[in-house]
Amino acid sequence: MIAIAAPFAAVAFTLIACAALVVWAGAPVGHAYVLLFEGAFGSRFAIAETLTRATPLILTGLAAAVAFRAHFYNIGAEGQLYLGALAAVAVGGGAISAPPALLFPLMIVAGAVAGGLFLLVPALAKTRLGVDEVVTTLLLNFISLLFVSMMLDGPMKDPLSMGWPQSVGIVPELTFGKLLERSRVHSGLVIAVVFAVLLWIVNARTTFGYEMRAVGANARAARFAGISVNTVMLKTALLSGALAGLAGVGEVAGRAGYLTLDMSPGYGYSGIVIAMLAGLNPLGVVLAAVFVAGIIVGADSMSRAIAVPTYLADVIVAVSLLSMLVATMLARYKVRWS
Amino acid sequence: MANDAITLDLAQGEVLALLGENGAGKSTLVSVLFGHYVADSGSIQVFGRPLPPGNPKAALAAGIGMVHQHFTLADNLSVLDNILIGTEPLWRPLSHRREARARLLQTSRQFGLTVNPDARIADLSVGERQRVEILKALYRGARILILDEPTAVLTPQEVEALFATLKTLVADGLSIIFISHKLDEVLSVSRRVAVLRQGKLVAMREANATSKAELAELMVGRRIDAPVRAPREIEGSLAARLSVTGLAAGGKLKHATFEVGRGEIFGIAGVSGNGQAQLADALCGLLTPTSGEIRLDGRTLAALPRAFIGAGVARVPEDRGTVGIVGDLAIWENAISEHYRDPQFSRYGWRQRGAAKDQAKRIVEQFDVRCSGLDAPARSMSGGNIQKLILGRALVREPIAIIANQPTWGLDVGAVAYIHSQLLAARARGAAVVLISEDLDELFAMADRIAVMFHGTLSEAKADWTIAEIGLAMAGIGEAAHASS
Repeated sequence: MIAIAAPFAAVAFTLIACAALVVWAGAPVGHAYVLLFEGAFGSRFAIAETLTRATPLILTGLAAAVAFRAHFYNIGAEGQLYLGALAAVAVGGGAISAPPALLFPLMIVAGAVAGGLFLLVPALAKTRLGVDEVVTTLLLNFISLLFVSMMLDGPMKDPLSMGWPQSVGIVPELTFGKLLERSRVHSGLVIAVVFAVLLWIVNARTTFGYEMRAVGANARAARFAGISVNTVMLKTALLSGALAGLAGVGEVAGRAGYLTLDMSPGYGYSGIVIAMLAGLNPLGVVLAAVFVAGIIVGADSMSRAIAVPTYLADVIVAVSLLSMLVATMLARYKVRWS
Repeated sequence: MANDAITLDLAQGEVLALLGENGAGKSTLVSVLFGHYVADSGSIQVFGRPLPPGNPKAALAAGIGMVHQHFTLADNLSVLDNILIGTEPLWRPLSHRREARARLLQTSRQFGLTVNPDARIADLSVGERQRVEILKALYRGARILILDEPTAVLTPQEVEALFATLKTLVADGLSIIFISHKLDEVLSVSRRVAVLRQGKLVAMREANATSKAELAELMVGRRIDAPVRAPREIEGSLAARLSVTGLAAGGKLKHATFEVGRGEIFGIAGVSGNGQAQLADALCGLLTPTSGEIRLDGRTLAALPRAFIGAGVARVPEDRGTVGIVGDLAIWENAISEHYRDPQFSRYGWRQRGAAKDQAKRIVEQFDVRCSGLDAPARSMSGGNIQKLILGRALVREPIAIIANQPTWGLDVGAVAYIHSQLLAARARGAAVVLISEDLDELFAMADRIAVMFHGTLSEAKADWTIAEIGLAMAGIGEAAHASS
């Protein structure tokens, strides 16, 4: 019960708290929020935009949820996302000649593998050497971005881009198809939702899911029962990195078409907020991702109508994370005033 | 309700024993007295004045001192530092250590509790640490001293020394509340006995007008017959089931060599902290030994929990709530946690929930595990039922060896009797049982032979210890304390 009430309470509190900012910006609060909601869900176009935004967020949310549940704090989804996108471009950019039926799954797998292997390094460092994964994954983000930047300015640069650092485009046969005409919603959304459902099934019904849940709940007891905690951690890390890599594949092969350095406005980090709002539940991640996407898209649309900066979206997302953390903590205690 | 309408009085210069089994509410009652908890209703008067609730400082100022079951000492500081903590106001720039030291020495002389003010707590024995705890209370001028299960961690000789100290304190006019569940001690040291049962005060007796049997029945509410150990049927000639040679592990375990035969309970006694935890971990496959080996029916066991489980070793860990079960997972999931990979519970990576739940149901029924349903989280069960689940899932497979580490710690009399009878039944079936326990009564009742751990070394195993001998061995004195090789 608490698991369902807490995020709603957190969101409600967030909207009330951020109303203060709207007032400070000099706009009428009710009108602002109505515009926000309409911009996110108020028209076919709005919903399509929200779903397009939600696609990578679902995947980075799943990446965070999977890792956090095992107490492996993967802050590197952003870097894994970019490497996944880079791998997708490497396979799908036309450099390899092979039938599309073969290249399409290969492109997706390459993105997932790139993300997974990139997270394997911090995972091994943690299990073998006890190195804190928050530090390693966070710093690897910068390395990943710099590497991608180097590739985009060098070997993978699009010769037709007139000097701008961007990659060649994904070959048209390999791009994700549109789900809805005259919108940007692409079949990456289907992949994301399918993975959310798959992850839920794995958690609840498979032996590996049981191992992940046991290790996440109590690693000492799991070890006592004969579960190999380190192996489970490594497998979880691979899965988490792969999901983040897939987010990159979806963005580059579904939305953008080619890779640039500003492709992701922090999807990897937003994934963490989404995972927390969802209580680390894969199905909840889909809802939370749609919510956060709605805030971002709605704030964009709202800022064009009245003079409230789009940064309101970032603030709302950040405050909702803080409120969620406080809500889950308060749910465990009863406060008595003496 | 942990405490239900309890009314008590304590006279000056008397020792009042609070008797009750685990979970009866004794610790809760004194925690309210000392200010750790706030009572929902009722009042406390100390020396004629009402006591402000929920305030340990007020309790200390009123003259109440408490020696907790788990000592509240800073291991890295000296005795003097520990006693000074909290006694000086924060705003004073200089610490009056010299006066404090003099006052400490005077207090210790007055009550016959010798300590070295500069000794580090980490270097002191458990009995000495307890003395520091008592001095802490006396230094602050306590006139009422509460002792929460003080003898649980002491050797028999140290218990005698503690009782002598209590006599000195009483002669000086202090009043003592002595919490215990050990009937012998309660009868020997107290004047009156208050019996708590399920949160209620069920009886107040004069110590010299009651008996062990009456107190036991008052504590539990019914007669409990302790299981009796029959003499060992299978003797001698068959090879030992479990054989440990020259085992060293985790730094604290230096040398352990022993053998356990079929149908035998091998007891390991010793004050906590002498390497038993490391020995237990090594015997469960959790700790890789730095030297030596463990053999089961002749085969050496690899240092992996899975190897031990696969070889048929049943393990009951000391920490049942945090190591024995995964509290957040369901009871049925915990019931099969050691065998979740077996083909009957997992096929091609998919869990066979039906088979797992059936097995869990079997364990719960056979071992009388009280729970609110197989799907409830395991931490929702009481300590005794968690232990029964752990024991049940281990015993249901008729193991050939059982490693039980403090299996009845913190349990009520009924659960203790049940677990003992299960271990004895396993022994009758031919299992080799290693019983590590700090409770000498338990060891004497259950074990065929007992060895004593001291400073990481396991002594020779004997079947005929006297209390005095084993007490000396636990303190590292005497020839019985030396290792077998």
